[in-house]
Amino acid sequence: MSIHSEANLDAELHAHGDTHGHGSMRSYLLGFALSVILTAVPFWLVMTRPIASPGVIAAFVIVFAALQILVHTICFLHVNSQAEGGWTLMAYLFTGVLLLITIAGSLWIMYHLNSNMMPMPTGQIANAP
Amino acid sequence: MAVRWRRGPEAMATVTEQTLPDPTFHLVEAHSHEHGSGGGTMLGFWIYLMSDALLFAAMFASFGVLSTSYAGGPTPREIFELPLVALNTAILLVSSITFGFAMLAMEPGKIRATQAWLLVTAVLGASFVGVELYEFGSLIAEGATPQRSGFLSGFFSLVSLHGLHVTAGIVWIVVMLVQIGQRGLIVENKRRLMCLGMFWHFLDVVWIGVFTFVYLLGVLR
Repeated sequence: MSIHSEANLDAELHAHGDTHGHGSMRSYLLGFALSVILTAVPFWLVMTRPIASPGVIAAFVIVFAALQILVHTICFLHVNSQAEGGWTLMAYLFTGVLLLITIAGSLWIMYHLNSNMMPMPTGQIANAP
Repeated sequence: MAVRWRRGPEAMATVTEQTLPDPTFHLVEAHSHEHGSGGGTMLGFWIYLMSDALLFAAMFASFGVLSTSYAGGPTPREIFELPLVALNTAILLVSSITFGFAMLAMEPGKIRATQAWLLVTAVLGASFVGVELYEFGSLIAEGATPQRSGFLSGFFSLVSLHGLHVTAGIVWIVVMLVQIGQRGLIVENKRRLMCLGMFWHFLDVVWIGVFTFVYLLGVLR
């Protein structure tokens, strides 16, 4: 890279997305406000049960958690396509895929394993680990 | 990467070849702290965090598999106190933004403000761990010990792994407070603080998973 003057260098650092890890007051406050809402609503839903069906509440709770993880990633962790030449985003997405495979895969396999097991006598269930 | 050469008699040849617009008597590398070795550090630390996320994924998966194995023991609805969990969630969320304020104070080099916000964050982190230990204590007193059922084993290992991470974060904050006190906000300390910030915010993200999948969905079940 060629030699730059002080002002050019500073501008270039920001153009490269080197504000990674810094963030602005606005992004932190916005992230905090959104997180408070996205935390308070699921707790309110589960603690007061305004909707009768637990399945519907569970779906809402999971959606709110996913949204809040997104808010934290953008506003607090400052992941974007520019930071570190896009490698943080790539690593993040790859981890997301592995996370999904590990958790959903384990639950899926173990659920089927459980349903294909020999039925246990009721007396034994109480002592099962 | 823009490295400006130190201008001295021995470096004169290089400088004249490149025709510098203005003389600079230091390495600009120190200025662009995220670019040089810092750039590698930040990305490397990020990859550590992602591998830590995979460790948590394994713990979440095992908890998910065991989450209905009560073995005739207590169920989540009987033992979890949601107000306590809500309090802990609030503490961790506020500690996330106080760390953000520390980062904002660090940028222009306000040492006192950075230290104050870091101290607030550490105190909030310590109260989070305190509330969690209180919760564990009351669960164990009720007989809901880790060895009682598969569900409780999964619960204690997942939640205490997160608590252990928060404890490590508090130790790291204290170490950073000492280092800032001794050397001020030098480039190395800024880089360490940015890694610590990522670590702290990452723990808050993991906690979202914990309070959703362990506590809220557990009580709904």
